[in-house]
Amino acid sequence: MKRFAKLIQQLELSNKTNDKIAALVDYFNHADDKDKVWVIALFTGKKPKRPIKSALLKYWAIDITETPEWLFAESYANVGDLSETIALLLPPAENTSDFQLHTWIEELHDLEGKDDETKKDFILSAWNKLETQERFIFNKLISGNFRIGVSNKMLVNALAKQSSLDSAQIMHSIMGKWNPYEITFHELINGIHVNTDNSWPYPFCLAYALEQEPEKLGDISEWQAEWKWDGIRGQIVKRNGELFIWSRGEELVTEQFPELHFMIDVLPDGVVLDGEILAVQDKQVLSFSTLQQRLNRKTINKKQLEDAPIGFFVYDILEYEAKDFREEPLSVRRKILEQLIGGLDESPVIISPVINCNTWEELAELRQTSRSINSEGIMLKKLSSHYHSGRKRGDWWKWKINPYTVDAVMIYAQKGSGRRANFFTDYTFAVRDGENLVTIAKAYSGLTDKEIKEVNSFVTRNAIEKFGPVRTVKPELVFEIAFEGIAESKRHKAGLALRFPRILRWRKDKKADEINTLEDLRQLLQSTL
Amino acid sequence: MALIEFTKRGIYCKQGDFYVDPWWPVDYAVTTHGHSDHVRFGNKYYLCHTLTKPIIKRRISEDLNVETLEYGESITRNGVNISFFPAGHIIGSAQVRLEYKGEICVISGDYKIEDDGITTPFEPVKCHSFVSESTFGLPIYKWQKQEIVFNGIRNWVNDNINQQKTSVLIAYSLGKAQRLIKNLAGDTPIYVHNSIANLNEVIIEAGVKLPETIRITPETTKDELQKGIVIVPPAMRDSRWIKNLSHPVTGICSGWMQVRAHRRWQSADAGFALSDHADWPGLMEAIKATSAEKVYVTHGFTAAFSRFLNDEGIEAAEVLTKFGQEDDEENKVDLAEQNESK
Repeated sequence: MKRFAKLIQQLELSNKTNDKIAALVDYFNHADDKDKVWVIALFTGKKPKRPIKSALLKYWAIDITETPEWLFAESYANVGDLSETIALLLPPAENTSDFQLHTWIEELHDLEGKDDETKKDFILSAWNKLETQERFIFNKLISGNFRIGVSNKMLVNALAKQSSLDSAQIMHSIMGKWNPYEITFHELINGIHVNTDNSWPYPFCLAYALEQEPEKLGDISEWQAEWKWDGIRGQIVKRNGELFIWSRGEELVTEQFPELHFMIDVLPDGVVLDGEILAVQDKQVLSFSTLQQRLNRKTINKKQLEDAPIGFFVYDILEYEAKDFREEPLSVRRKILEQLIGGLDESPVIISPVINCNTWEELAELRQTSRSINSEGIMLKKLSSHYHSGRKRGDWWKWKINPYTVDAVMIYAQKGSGRRANFFTDYTFAVRDGENLVTIAKAYSGLTDKEIKEVNSFVTRNAIEKFGPVRTVKPELVFEIAFEGIAESKRHKAGLALRFPRILRWRKDKKADEINTLEDLRQLLQSTL
Repeated sequence: MALIEFTKRGIYCKQGDFYVDPWWPVDYAVTTHGHSDHVRFGNKYYLCHTLTKPIIKRRISEDLNVETLEYGESITRNGVNISFFPAGHIIGSAQVRLEYKGEICVISGDYKIEDDGITTPFEPVKCHSFVSESTFGLPIYKWQKQEIVFNGIRNWVNDNINQQKTSVLIAYSLGKAQRLIKNLAGDTPIYVHNSIANLNEVIIEAGVKLPETIRITPETTKDELQKGIVIVPPAMRDSRWIKNLSHPVTGICSGWMQVRAHRRWQSADAGFALSDHADWPGLMEAIKATSAEKVYVTHGFTAAFSRFLNDEGIEAAEVLTKFGQEDDEENKVDLAEQNESK
């Protein structure tokens, strides 16, 4: 448990991916094999069943520390985490314990079905032999989640580094079905329980942004134009009777999208499709914010399935009849694709339509209507193009529509990192809400070095308050912020969140009383829903 | 009639016509210690502990008119007897005991109970009324013995040296820095920022024994620093100088580091819960030891702490002060500190 407690501490203290991976590798190099299995289980959301309610933990802690309930509440408000508040409130432990992580989990598992007195005795005696950080972990095992910024991908990269196995194989292994009480670490990462050959995805082919006039691309008849959809790029893999859905982040997301599972019966073996996971209703693409309700969830309830139904817009076919088709020209691949799934009329799996246009002008005009169908512009793919691995200039272009913009005032500034470490480069922006200013976005980039210096000197002269590394500044500088979308958000004070905000330009011509209002943004939000 | 009242200039003793740690200029300022939220520029006369005198002269101005007292010594001003007792907060920190016609009031300033090895340890003083801080006045704040914390710091430093990283400890230049130097001194050389080296000189000159440290100069090489312990004041925290060191890792030493959310909020690589303020059990112990009938709670978690005292049968009231606003453990800007570092 001590080793795991240390790992959690290391993961929490660093924001750098490399540090986190190093800490994970170090842990996997030294920890007990059974513990490692549980760490993978915990970090990928395979939580052991809760044997005790958190409310009981709280009352037992209040009871033995003789803390008034209001004082517990004050403490909780300062700490912000129940498990940690309890860990800190308890008196120092009188004993120690060498129990390992898996032993604690097994002991907790054995409490299932016991009466409250037995449970209480066990918990109090455990608290009395754990250090503060270990207690915190122990309480988390019972009542909470480990939110420490370790993505599945980061975990897999660490395992790959530590074991010298292929990361996609490990990803498949740990995303498969396995029981942490039974499987060994070796079996788990080697994927004994799954056939990893079945799941291999291909590297995605990516497009560059079109920065020139499309006319320069030559004759439009050599190009295939499609809408650019704003969802999660994904691959559907069907081999040997098994179906896998991969996201662009190289994560297996099969379980998250039950709407697509019927493809296991539709697709023949040996097929890999490239496309976009989107929220789709009646064949219409819904906004990205709708899709977001379905992302990164370990479980999905009925309401989420109804509110944000998932579809898959297919762009391409990479494997057919178990053969790699990526070297075939797009025109050929498209024909196969249409034959294969063109007939799926009532399904949420739809071939991304081709836009038929005879001239670039016509296409440019259609592009202006992108937003009305929740598209973010047009994709241009050369009909003769192969399916490249990664980004290659020339064959695929994304021709996005101009972003939304809002005029906002800077209210906080923070120093950047790397080359700009000594300058205030990270700004928080606000719009007006009646008499108040309300934060709507944080943005890091978009200014020239000269402008950064100018803003920096303003921040140094006009800092009102300092909170850690953050400066509150006089609300005076107005910036035009570009963004790709807008969504409701309960977590943000403004009640909405902007997608991909960045600084478009510094509006030196505008004063702070000329900025946009929260109402303006609310109206925009309504119009996109 | 009460011995002290809380005015907008600070804590005022009417009978003696003087202030304790005033935040606006007054004629006579009794000073508990040298931190800038407790001693300010512009008073006609200062009364402080002998060790605080050179500190405030260095930090504020050589021209201050300063009288001094040792611990246990007293003077009388307009019939009010003023004496100093150790507060254990930082070098020279004193509790101010006032006595007038049998009525005793103690203003503790900032204090901690644990002997830190360099500051004269806290001594409880019996009184009728007691003015207490409550910087860490919540029961979640319970310090580990400093040996344990220092072992943690030493292990961290050794790990860093082995991994070719440079250990940079962020510590307030008056108080925390000397405590670190005293307790970390050993085989690993300690390098200190100018502002700390300057204060160390003053403190050593005043007769306090401090282990040897090396002042960082432009000639100090990155390689030397990587093999040592570097101590810099908070104002240096985000500086380019640190970023240019060889694989720098920063550690913050503050009571706030007890809580994960505060640790993450700071952009440091490590946090060590080491404080010069009393923890919750320390505050309770100190207050009980005074046998005070009335407790005034100044800066910190004043509301929660005074409510708890009242529930325990000790009459307590919150008072609004400007203390704690420029203390390193409040994570706010300290202008004196910043100016020194420039």
